[in-house]
Amino acid sequence: MSERPHFTLDGRRVPFQDGQTLMTAALDAGVYIPHLCFNPEFTPHGSCRVCLVEVNGRVQAACTTPAAAGLIVQSEIEELREIRRGILQMLFVEGNHVCPACEKSGACQLQAVAYYVGMLAPHYTHFYPRRPVDASHPEAVLDFNRCILCELCVRASRDVDGKNIFAVQGRGIQARLVVNTPSGQLGATPFSLHDKAAQVCPTGTILIKHRGYETPIGQRLYDRKPISVVGDVAQVSESRGGRRHD
Amino acid sequence: MIEPRLKVATCSLAGCFGCHMSLLDLDERLFDLAERVELDRSPLTDIKELGECDIGLIEGGVCNAENVHVLMEFRARCKVLIAIGACALNGGIPAMRNQFALKDCLEESYLRGIGLVDPQIPNDPEIPLLLDQVHPVHEVVKIDYFLPGCPPSADTIWTFVSQLLSGQAVALSYTQIHYD
Amino acid sequence: MAEPMTFDQTVRDIVRRHGGLPTRLLQILRDVQDHLTWLPSETLDQVAEELGLSPDKVRGVAEFYSFLYTSPRGSYDILFSDNITDRMLGNRELLHYLCERFGIGIGETRADGVVSIGTTSCTGMCDQGPAALVNGYTLTRLDRPRLDRIVELVNSQIPLDRWPREFFEVTSNIRRADTLLGRHFADGAALRAALDRGPEVMLEELSKSGLRGQGGAGYKSAAKWMACRNAPGGVKYVVCNADEGEPGTFKDRVLMQDFADLVFEGMTLCGRVIGARQGFVYLRGEYRYLLKALRDTLQRRREVGLLGEAILGNPSFDFDIDIHLGAGAYVCGEESALIESLEGKHGVPRIRPPFPTTHGYLNQPTVVNNVETFAAAAKIAVEGGDWFASRGTAESKGTKLLSLSGDCERPGIYEYPFGVTVQQVLEDCGARDAQGIQMAGPAGHTISAKQFGRRICFEDLATGGSFMVFDQSRDILDGIRNFTQFFVHESCGFCTPCRVGTSLMRDLVTKVHTGHGTRYDLEEMRKLGRIMQVGCHCGLGQTAPNPVLDSLDEFPEAYERRLRSTAYEPAFDLNAALEEARQLTGRRDPGAYLNEQDLLLGAMP
Repeated sequence: MSERPHFTLDGRRVPFQDGQTLMTAALDAGVYIPHLCFNPEFTPHGSCRVCLVEVNGRVQAACTTPAAAGLIVQSEIEELREIRRGILQMLFVEGNHVCPACEKSGACQLQAVAYYVGMLAPHYTHFYPRRPVDASHPEAVLDFNRCILCELCVRASRDVDGKNIFAVQGRGIQARLVVNTPSGQLGATPFSLHDKAAQVCPTGTILIKHRGYETPIGQRLYDRKPISVVGDVAQVSESRGGRRHD
Repeated sequence: MIEPRLKVATCSLAGCFGCHMSLLDLDERLFDLAERVELDRSPLTDIKELGECDIGLIEGGVCNAENVHVLMEFRARCKVLIAIGACALNGGIPAMRNQFALKDCLEESYLRGIGLVDPQIPNDPEIPLLLDQVHPVHEVVKIDYFLPGCPPSADTIWTFVSQLLSGQAVALSYTQIHYD
Repeated sequence: MAEPMTFDQTVRDIVRRHGGLPTRLLQILRDVQDHLTWLPSETLDQVAEELGLSPDKVRGVAEFYSFLYTSPRGSYDILFSDNITDRMLGNRELLHYLCERFGIGIGETRADGVVSIGTTSCTGMCDQGPAALVNGYTLTRLDRPRLDRIVELVNSQIPLDRWPREFFEVTSNIRRADTLLGRHFADGAALRAALDRGPEVMLEELSKSGLRGQGGAGYKSAAKWMACRNAPGGVKYVVCNADEGEPGTFKDRVLMQDFADLVFEGMTLCGRVIGARQGFVYLRGEYRYLLKALRDTLQRRREVGLLGEAILGNPSFDFDIDIHLGAGAYVCGEESALIESLEGKHGVPRIRPPFPTTHGYLNQPTVVNNVETFAAAAKIAVEGGDWFASRGTAESKGTKLLSLSGDCERPGIYEYPFGVTVQQVLEDCGARDAQGIQMAGPAGHTISAKQFGRRICFEDLATGGSFMVFDQSRDILDGIRNFTQFFVHESCGFCTPCRVGTSLMRDLVTKVHTGHGTRYDLEEMRKLGRIMQVGCHCGLGQTAPNPVLDSLDEFPEAYERRLRSTAYEPAFDLNAALEEARQLTGRRDPGAYLNEQDLLLGAMP
């Protein structure tokens, strides 16, 4: 039997199957490449740009680059860490991310990835956009201040739940997450906590009501171990502090 | 020969003094610290005038004219300026007022609040004038080091300060970096 | 299902006229807006229902394009072109004058709903500005007398078709013609050649010619056509990218105005070679004035057997062309975003690969070429590949159309063989005192006089065709700041480094431009620029920092003379940030200011 095709990621051989991307192959091989808009259950999006890697000398998004035999891929190099840090800092100044006042803190993928890339401070000038909070739904609250436009909820609601509750509208820096009802209120939709869309947000934009701050500080998902070890919040079972209902 | 102690100043701008409380949580390590540094202006000393310092620690963001003056004075007099805690780094909780116009904030507090007698927006020259938005300190002066946390734990502060004082590169472990 | 509350028969008719096709959504919304002057929420819902689309899709499209309005605008909507060349011709002063005459601010609609005024990205009239659009139709050579007349016309609500024709006159200003513009072309000659000699020979000729994408990217046209021809799939498409949105570019406008037959012939030729039966022209919204004439030309070609079924009497040669009108989105010049837009969606660039040659329009194999490329291909079919390759340089065969504007005596279109020096172009157009030029638009190159010996070709200075001249009296930073604002406006918002980075860059440049920056800020621009160059999803974001990065190297003094001597300056205006509190408290005491200088300024009436 012939050897499985593979590429090299930071000097390590990563085998892959036809149709895999650099990201999914790395994930299968247990190698972490930081990411936010990527979730293995959905078609890759390539918008957050956090998973940038150097492929044969060219910087590309790992989540959208097809794996190919013989590629030399670099991920954990200082130049990329710096660029990823810069992109995380952009996300932090674009929205209003007040971690001390957010129930998702400690189990937030945005925060965990920022820790992973070594972000100490947001560095850039803050935009402080004025964004609403939507508490119209009896079971969930939408805090648009924390949205990073990964469109995972959009994809989950449309492709899995078949409800098409979320959308991104507007162009450029005006782009924003909206709820697909004339009132724009989540309460006017059939949104439910059992929806896939309720379980994929990498930040604290979609929060479940009546149950905040349940896990003590020190025991939260990312308090002890980095995301590269723990995994994405959307992929971790609820019993371990994640969102997934087992 | 006894090395001269480094001069350190601290202040809390638009913050809650939580970072200073965390500093006090150093407990017995405060004695070690006291052997190596001398506190200049700080809420812990009650010294009002800032002298020439080696290190300045800034807690809190910038919300009013007085904050601007203090911050600029610290920058001018401290060789190394350190932003400590969430508010100094991104405005933190006080910056949540940036969601509203200053006019609405003041009217809600001073004109429309419950139980107000003779409501008016305070205009005494003694009261520092508010900026229209709260800003992190790096949007006003150059900051040399950032120490995140709300507050950073005493351990984190100790690691950071020890490394800084001994001239090592600052390197915090995973559990020492958090934004909350 | 219940009819929407504001059911509108005209809207229904418009949807029907477009065959009820979701791919026509953008065209439908344009027509609906012509009818209503803007797109109310209920109307969007009605369109969604009639097309069987979800309301958010329709609203998403309506919100994406600059020329579609989801809030009321005037019956006469006037948008000033705000390219740097318009500014150099004094458009800001005219803009403020017109606002004053109508008693409204920029971006506002007059209370009676008759008129609204705003600005828009370059409208491609740089050689005859200052320019504007009124209800999408081009106004050129604006000056005060013209504006005074426009005020009268608007206030008396005279329909546009009764306005003086000369207000809308667009001249071609062809100053130098070479093989493409200069030689006569007999309509149908390229198609006859294709029928006589067969698609394989045509591809060989195209290959011999060395023709490369004239939009600026420079991909070999023969390779593109070949890949599409060989791609599996029964239905293939030809798309002509006439969405030239690079500020300073207008050569495709001239080709579409004066050489439309040549372009259509090139598209039809391509259809024959790759086996496509349908072509689309994606015409930028700013060139709406061309639409009627282009449709007439298409009709004439059908009538004489050069388009439609059985072209030139050959029963196996069917090909037709449809024109889609854009609606103000520069990003749609990127080929995959353009295809998205053609499909009726908002124009976000696709993930590539796969490329359009295998997965293009409706996921079918598609050739997307620039206007000029199709025109050149038609010529090559007639004159042969060797003829074309005899002009130009080793890697850049043939000729290039340049759009000259800015500080020169003879702005307009110049066709040169590839390899011409910048210096030669400057001499020919009468630019006596050039300090620098901006080539290939803001995404291209900003170069100073020390580089005027460089040659225009893919080996050296590649260009889509824009060439803006700045003389010694100009402040380069005015232009750079204008370009950074352009990218903020045109970013589609999909990826982080472009969506956020363009705003950060604009703010840094503005900080330095207004005299509040330091050397630290220049370093910040470089670092940010690097992240955008390597990190962005598409070419727009990757090239957006170019004007800043280039000018930092080429015109360092433009930045340095404005820098503060301090090491660091605040990111915002501290004194201005206190003004609101001063007004709310009525305080003007010394403590209400940060320093004496602010206090003195504040005390001034």
